Amino acid sequence: MQSGIAVVVAVSVSMLAGAAWAEDIAPGDVEFADGAVSAALTGKPGDAAEGAKVFVDRKLGNCLACHEVSALKKQLFHGNVGPSLDGAGTRWEPAQLRAIVTDSKKVFGPETVMPGFYSLNVGVNVRKDLVGKTILTAQQVEDVVAYLETLKE
Amino acid sequence: MNKNLVLLAAVAAVAVGVAQFAYADPVSDKLVIDGKEMITRAPAPEGHPFKEVLSGWLFREPETRALEADSFANPGMLYVERGEEIWNTVDGAKGKSCASCHNDASETMKDVGAHYPKWDAETKRPINIELQIDKCRTEQMGAEAYKFDAADQKALTTYIKYQSFGTPVKLDLAKGDMQSWWDRGKKEYYTRTGQLNLACASCHEASMGRHIRADHLSQGQANGFPTYRLKQADMVSLHNRMRGCIRDTRAEMPKAFSDELMALEVYVTWRGTGLSVETPAVRQ
Ligand code: HEC
Ligand code: HEC
Repeated sequence: MQSGIAVVVAVSVSMLAGAAWAEDIAPGDVEFADGAVSAALTGKPGDAAEGAKVFVDRKLGNCLACHEVSALKKQLFHGNVGPSLDGAGTRWEPAQLRAIVTDSKKVFGPETVMPGFYSLNVGVNVRKDLVGKTILTAQQVEDVVAYLETLKE
Repeated sequence: MNKNLVLLAAVAAVAVGVAQFAYADPVSDKLVIDGKEMITRAPAPEGHPFKEVLSGWLFREPETRALEADSFANPGMLYVERGEEIWNTVDGAKGKSCASCHNDASETMKDVGAHYPKWDAETKRPINIELQIDKCRTEQMGAEAYKFDAADQKALTTYIKYQSFGTPVKLDLAKGDMQSWWDRGKKEYYTRTGQLNLACASCHEASMGRHIRADHLSQGQANGFPTYRLKQADMVSLHNRMRGCIRDTRAEMPKAFSDELMALEVYVTWRGTGLSVETPAVRQ
């Protein structure tokens, strides 16, 4: 009985995931214009609360490795390789934030230290199990962008 | 305001932010160990991206710095002692120890480690202390080469490097093809690896002095190796450390002593020209 429910749930979740995936823009097809990506990468609007989780998670965005955010003071160890993101949602429009998170090199130039989170333009000798994979999914990028928009000055 | 103007203004703000953080202070303290002052800042050699080369010690927390400064407390000194034991212990089919050929290391090995890696005319490639030890073991002692990072390899390397304690690092790039290995190492230093798309230079040059999470980024110098790392509670070899940094970019790690890492060792060691050998340094 219980395992039957689990199977039904699992199937419907995977169908949902499959459906979302079909609408995602592939990493190579993202269109950049003037340092911005105006089209959303997925059909589902970004969720700021989910984005905050992705932002903090060391295995996902790990954004605090390089950025300070005053609103996240409870998290230990904010890096300063990049600028503080306080007010990033005021300084940048959503389409620009999407471009920065998707592939920062398209905005800041090839020398930037910031990784591209939804890009296959990566370094050499990528770890075998990560070849052809992006750091974040399209939805995670949308969620992070929604979170960044909450960082108002 | 149109989008491009917003972008420009923001980029300018970023540039200002960068300038503010740029010199998140390596300390200005002096490192004196057993009455000997270490050279922790040296004018960079010609062709170096920095004006001054800085020891990783200057970037560490006060407790870590204090531990290195006190040779009684420095856990790395136990490995120096262990290395001395190995130096004097017979091993292999020919019944010899290192001391059988080289006698007293404090004389015969004095300042030797400060000039490695050097050109090895026989194998026609650069050789480091670990590989030189293996060469002596296999060719002179009839013993087996050490496995990479075997405890005895690290202890003996530490002991030999310790005979150059305080001596400034200086490589001879004029010998053999050392220069072309330096060239290759330089190329690798600036090559971005892994899914995170970062080069050595992204962290140790462009971001030097900043924090990446809890870590204060140094110039990534090799002068303290093998180094006692508190996090691992063990000695860490240079090749282990470089492999770890490469792994952190989410790349496949090259093998220890591979051409790739030997070239990097030559180039990275050169980048620390003039710094004292600090082995056994202490790092977090
Ligand atoms: C390895 C370092 C690193 C990581 C990790 C990183 N960034 Fe960045 N980021 C930078 C740097 C450096 C800059 C400044 C751009 C430049 O000058 O190259 C930057 C700039 C930015 C900016 C523009 C800053 C402003 O306020 O004008 C935003 C927004 C941003 N990053 C968001 C993120 C997000 C979101 C993540 C995680 C998903 C992230 N970054 C992860 C290094 C990093
Ligand atoms: C993602 C960032 C990053 C990259 C890329 C990176 N390192 Fe590091 N490295 C670190 C951190 C963090 C430390 C520990 C703090 C410090 O000393 O900078 C470190 C330490 C070191 C040290 C020890 C310094 C000391 O004083 O003990 C060496 C040597 C080193 N790195 C070499 C390299 C080389 C060579 C490469 C490229 C193959 C490289 N690193 C790439 C982050 C990085």
